[in-house]
Amino acid sequence: MLYRLLFFFFSFCFVQAQDVFSGTVFGYDKSNPLPGANVYWLATNKGTVTDIDGKFSMQKLPSDSQLVISYVGFTSDTLSIQNSKTIIHILKRVEGANLDEVVVSERKKTSQLSFLSTQSVLNISSDELLKAACCNLSESFETNPAIDVNFDNALTGVKQVKMMGLPSPYLLFTEENIPTIRGASQVYGLSFIPGTWIESLQITKGAGSVINGYESMTGQINSELKKPLTSERLFLNLFRSFEGRNELNVHNKANLSNKLSANLFVHYNERTERVDKNDDKFLDMPLSDQVNILTRFQYLDAEKGWVSFFNVRMLHDNKLFGQTNFIPKTHKNTTAVWGSEMLTKRYETSLKLGYVFPELPYQSFGFQLAYSDHDQQSYYGLRAYDIRHKSMFSNVIFNSILSNTLHKFKTGLQFAYDQYDETVEVQLTNRIDRSVGAFFEYSYDSLERLRMVLGLRFDHHNHIGSFVTPRVHLRYAFTDTSSLRFSMGSGRRVATVFAENQKLFGSGRTILIPALQSHHYGLLPERAWNYGVSYLKGFQIGSIPLNVNLDLFRTSFVNQVVVDWETLGQVSFYNLDGDSYANSLQLGLDTRLFRLIDARFSYKFYDVQVDYVAAKKQKPLQPKQRYFLNLGYVGDYWRADATYHYTGSQRIPATIQHPSGFESNAFGLMNAQITYISKRNFEIYMGGENLTNYKQVQPILSGDQPFSSSFDSSLVYAPVFGRMTYLGLRYNL
Amino acid sequence: MKKSIFILTSVCFSLLSYAQESSSKNEKESIEVLGNCNMCKKRIEKAAFSVEGVKYATWDNSSGQLSLIYNGLKTDIDTIEKQIAAIGHDTEHHISTDIAYDGLPACCQYVRKGQEPKPGQITKH
Repeated sequence: MLYRLLFFFFSFCFVQAQDVFSGTVFGYDKSNPLPGANVYWLATNKGTVTDIDGKFSMQKLPSDSQLVISYVGFTSDTLSIQNSKTIIHILKRVEGANLDEVVVSERKKTSQLSFLSTQSVLNISSDELLKAACCNLSESFETNPAIDVNFDNALTGVKQVKMMGLPSPYLLFTEENIPTIRGASQVYGLSFIPGTWIESLQITKGAGSVINGYESMTGQINSELKKPLTSERLFLNLFRSFEGRNELNVHNKANLSNKLSANLFVHYNERTERVDKNDDKFLDMPLSDQVNILTRFQYLDAEKGWVSFFNVRMLHDNKLFGQTNFIPKTHKNTTAVWGSEMLTKRYETSLKLGYVFPELPYQSFGFQLAYSDHDQQSYYGLRAYDIRHKSMFSNVIFNSILSNTLHKFKTGLQFAYDQYDETVEVQLTNRIDRSVGAFFEYSYDSLERLRMVLGLRFDHHNHIGSFVTPRVHLRYAFTDTSSLRFSMGSGRRVATVFAENQKLFGSGRTILIPALQSHHYGLLPERAWNYGVSYLKGFQIGSIPLNVNLDLFRTSFVNQVVVDWETLGQVSFYNLDGDSYANSLQLGLDTRLFRLIDARFSYKFYDVQVDYVAAKKQKPLQPKQRYFLNLGYVGDYWRADATYHYTGSQRIPATIQHPSGFESNAFGLMNAQITYISKRNFEIYMGGENLTNYKQVQPILSGDQPFSSSFDSSLVYAPVFGRMTYLGLRYNL
Repeated sequence: MKKSIFILTSVCFSLLSYAQESSSKNEKESIEVLGNCNMCKKRIEKAAFSVEGVKYATWDNSSGQLSLIYNGLKTDIDTIEKQIAAIGHDTEHHISTDIAYDGLPACCQYVRKGQEPKPGQITKH
C-alpha cells in the first residue's frame, strides 16, 4: 500500500513545467493595494499590471529570478525571487532627493484580533500553527486563548475542544466554509485533519454568519487549507516523539497549465509502542495508524473572473486501546481482558466554483457542493458501536450591493442531507436529516464608527420543522484603536448523542435514553441563543504596544439534550426541563516585549449550569477558572515559544470512593518548542508537552474490574499521559 | 431531489442574467482627486457615495486616483466631481472654493496645484 502511494506521489513530481507566480502590491502601507503597478521579470518582456486590488499573477520560468515592481511616484524595487510562489510587497514613496531605500521592518503578528471586522474574528496564520509543532487540528489550539483543549477520556488520547465552556458539538467547524467535523466525526474529526495542511484558521466568537448554516451556537472555526496556486512546491515534515508517535507529511504541487494547479498531500502517523507510564495496566495512548490523502485542484482565470477548487480525500484510521495485554484475536468478545478497536474510513469530495464579474469587482457568485461518507466500526470491551454517516451539502451564494458598496448583501440557498446508520450494542437505528434553506445577509459600513451585519435565514428541516434563524453583529469604533462589538443569534441542531458522547462506551455505565429505536431516540432538537459583548482597546506605552480585550458571552438553551453523568453506574440522556446556560468572561492582554517577544495572557471565568433531574449543578469536568500565558519569539534563525496553562478545580460527579462527587485539584501545564531555521530550506524543531509531567491520579476507575458497572474511563480532568518530548524536521521548496 | 436541482439551476441562471446589465448602468471611470491621508480617503469616498447612482468608490492615497463605478442613467462624472470639490478636495475638473479647502481637517490640507508647500504641510510628491 505504502509503495503504491509513494509511486503515485513521485509520478506526480514530474509534471512540473512552469510555475505561476502571484502576489499583491501595496503602496505606502498595507491598507493601500496599488492598482496599475508594473510587474515584470528583469531582462525579459514578460510582465503584467496589478488589478484593482493590487493583485497580479503571471508565469515564472526557472530562469526568471529578478522581479521588478514599479509605479509612478514610488521607488522601483527589484526583488530576487528564488523559491517563493507568492509575494506581498510594499512600495515606498520617493522621498524628495533621498532615493535610498528606506527599509521599515514590521513584524506581522501570528494571530490577531481585528479592530475593523464587525464580528469578533481571530485570525491565526500558519506561523501561529507552527507554534504547536504537533500534529493535527485538535492540537492547533494549544497556544490560543479563545479555545480550551480538554482530554476527552482516559483511553483514546483524543482531545476535545470547548468554546465559552461548551463542547465542540455546539461549535460549527467548517473547512473552507463547508461544514465538517459533525455527526459521526464529531469526536475524532479534529485528529483527522493534519496540521500541516492548514494555511490559516478563523475563529469567530458568537453567533457567526448565517451563510454557513443554522447549527453554530457558540461560534465558528473555519480552516483554510493550503491552496494549489500558492502552496510550496514540495514540503516534507518528519516528526517523532520519544514516547512512540511518528508522523510523516509530504505535500507536492504541480502546475498543470498556467490556469490549473494541483496539490497532493499525504499524511501518515503511527503509534507502535505499548506505553503505560501510570502503571494502571491500561495503555495511556492507543496503538494507531492513519493514512490520510488529499488531492486538490485549483483553476484560476483572473481575467475572466473564474476560480474553482476540486478536492478528493481519503482517510483510513486504526486504533487499539484498553488493557496493556489486550490482543484482539484472543480477547475480543471475552471478559478475560478489556480492549477496544476502532476502524474509521472516510471519503470525501467537494467542488467549489466562484465567479467575480470582471467589470463589477463587488459582485460575485459562488457554488459549493460536498459529499462525505464516514464509516466507523468499533467495540469497547463488550460494547459494540458502529456508525456510518453519509452527508451531502450544497450552497449557492450571490454577493452584490444595494445602491453602493457601503451596503453589501449576500444571499443564497442551501441544501443539506445526512444519513445515519448506527449500531449501539445490539440495537440498530437509522435516521435521515434533510434540510433546505434560504439566507440573506446585509452588511453596512458607514466608513466611520459603525459597521453592522444583519443576517436572516429560513430553513425547513424534516425533523426540526420550519424555522427562522436571525444573527446580528454590530461594531462601534470609538477611535481607531478602540472598538466595541455586540452579537446575538440563535442556532439549532439535531444531536447525534452516541457519536458525540462515545466516551460512555469506555465505562460500565448503563445507558438511559427515552426511546432508542425512534429516529432521535425520543429527544428534541436542540436550540440556543447566544449573546455577546466584546471590547478591544489598543494602547501604546512608550515603544510597547498593548492590546486589551474583554469578552462577555452567554449561551442560553431553549432545548437541550442533557447528558447526565451524575448517578453512579448510569449515563442518561433527556430533554432539558428548566435552565441550561453557559456564561463566560475572558480578559486578554497582548503585547510585544523588547520588540522581540510576543506575549499573550488571558484569564477566563466560566459559569456553566444545567438543571439536571436531581438539581441545578455546574457542568462536570468544566473548570470555573483558567488562565494562560504564551511567549513567542521569531528571529531570522530561531523561533521559540512557551505556553503555560492553568486549569482550576473541576466538579467530578459521583464515584464509588466519593458518592457525592468531589472537586479535582487545580493544575498547571507547560509546553515549549524551539525551531532552528536553516537557510537551505530546512527547519529542525524540538519541544515538549506537559513538561512538569503532571498526571491525573487514577484516571480509570475500577480498572481492575473492567467489566463491572463501576468501570469508568470517562472522568478525565487532567493529562493521562505525562511528559512528551519530540523532534522534527521540515523541508520546504 | 430532481426538482430541487432544477430549482437550484434556474436560480443560478436568473442570478447570472440579473447581473448582465447594460454598460451605461455601470460606467467605470478613474479620476485624480487631491488628498493626503486615510481621513481624506473616508471623506472623498463618502462624498462620492452621497451622489445617488454611485455604486463603487475607492480612493487610493498613493496615486490620488479615485476609481468609480456609477449608474450613467442616474448621474454623471461632473456631478460626482462637483460633490467632492464641494467638501474641499480638488478634482481633475473642479477646484474647491477656498472656504471649503480651509475647512479641511489639518491632515487633509494637501498642497494645491500650482502652489508651494507651506512650512509643516504634508506633501505627497
